[in-house]
Amino acid sequence: MFVITCPYCGERDLSEFAYGGEAHIARPEWREDMSDAEWAEFLFMRTNPKGILAERWMHAAGCRRFFNMLRNTATDDILAVYRIGETPPKVEARLPATPSGEAPIGSGNDAVKIIQPGEGA
Amino acid sequence: MHGYNVLRLVREGLTGHKGWQPAWRKAEPKSSYDAVIIGGGGHGMATAYYLAKIHGMTNIAVIEKGWIGGGNAGRNTTIIRSNYLYDASAAIYNHALTLWKGLSRELNYNIMMSHRGVLNLAHDEGEARQLKRRVEANRLNGVEAEWLEAKEVKAFCPPISVAADARYPVIGATLQRDGGTNRHDAVVWGYARAASEMGVDIIEQCEVTGIATEKGAVTGIETTKGHIATPKIASVTAGHTSVIANMVGVRLPIESHPLQALVSEPLKPVMPCVVMSNAVHVYMSQSSKGELVIGAGIDPYLSYTQRGSLDIIEHQMAALIELFPFVSRLRMMRQWGGIVDVCPDASPIISATEVKGFYVNGGWGTGGWKATPGSGHAMADLLANDRPNAIAAPFTLERFVTGDLVAEHGAAAVAH
Repeated sequence: MFVITCPYCGERDLSEFAYGGEAHIARPEWREDMSDAEWAEFLFMRTNPKGILAERWMHAAGCRRFFNMLRNTATDDILAVYRIGETPPKVEARLPATPSGEAPIGSGNDAVKIIQPGEGA
Repeated sequence: MHGYNVLRLVREGLTGHKGWQPAWRKAEPKSSYDAVIIGGGGHGMATAYYLAKIHGMTNIAVIEKGWIGGGNAGRNTTIIRSNYLYDASAAIYNHALTLWKGLSRELNYNIMMSHRGVLNLAHDEGEARQLKRRVEANRLNGVEAEWLEAKEVKAFCPPISVAADARYPVIGATLQRDGGTNRHDAVVWGYARAASEMGVDIIEQCEVTGIATEKGAVTGIETTKGHIATPKIASVTAGHTSVIANMVGVRLPIESHPLQALVSEPLKPVMPCVVMSNAVHVYMSQSSKGELVIGAGIDPYLSYTQRGSLDIIEHQMAALIELFPFVSRLRMMRQWGGIVDVCPDASPIISATEVKGFYVNGGWGTGGWKATPGSGHAMADLLANDRPNAIAAPFTLERFVTGDLVAEHGAAAVAH
């Protein structure tokens, strides 16, 4: 369960918010020669990272305004909240040691947790 | 062949159960294979099994970062049905259902397949019309389906409330009589044993860290147990499909969400079938152990944490009490989450990619378990012949460019 800090209303429960998916996907300018593949890239293809994701949220049961958030999808750590139109701030995150390894904390899947250097077994 | 049978059980019983062997070999990676399958879940093991059995490719390996069957294969609610709307979906899910029916015998492994019937409830006229349309579409595709009125629903599944003054009254349901449930571990272990006997290496605790390519073609795979040379790699993971595809720069239309399920304390038999409701947003069945197995929709946000949020559970419990009032006095015992990779059209991807030798089977969203044998069967064919067969053809990645989507949100939504 997240407690999200809406940049307009402050700390609120996750259930007040609607999810808007990956942020910063710009709709391509219309061109006569735009290919189907280019359109598919905009419409369907997603980064879906295990790690830092820039995403949109909307405070549906509050101010109803969209804003952006940086979150670590490996741990669900919320790293930063910023407004629409702003550039994402630089953040640090505890990332998994291997691409699909589990993060040091936060994963429910201890069975496949990759122990990082310095961590106990 | 160390098959299981009654005589063997009696003999082992009389001799202290000392003669049982591990069901599959614990393999260490060889330096090269003809093909490597990433992911030792149901789909991965089925792919390996059919590759070896039908296509004679036995110099292959399945690599799994945890233990086999420990990902979504061990986390789903094992509901089997094939009542999807479109021809393409009916073809693959019904192919799977046909294979499920004979799988215990084929693998000599009791997968506890129980064809107890699956009800999909309608709570308003619009939903009833949609579901009736689906029944007719199913029948045209040879999928077993029928429409039940509220009274017949109550007769088929007595614990359900069909009170007319309910907030979401049950006005009818579709029934697929040959749908049901089975035992997930047994399926994975059965496939693993059979594949291992044919020479397939099953390598557990081995995570993929990279994929080597040369001139746009796969040459090998980097793992936590070293480099393995191979011309063909199949990503048959759930949840991490985008992460694997990213290693070769393939972009996918997949988003990974947590999907939660939970079980109650064990009860005597109360639920004769599987019941799912899109409108109140919950589904439930009873396991052979007696626990009620309950699931609902995905958490809205992308995550790989295999947990999910409490509000989703609260919502599904409220829906469940509405539908089955007796559940209000029940304790819930365990809750867990799995990561499902969802495609925009709620249909899977079984496809070659622009990287030669890199194949993807994923994006099954919330309902991959029911397709396990059909998915493995079609994927093995794609890997062996390098072109999709008639069942897999509608599910290639090209559909997202051509727009020829297989939009199954109505049949897939909450239901699994």
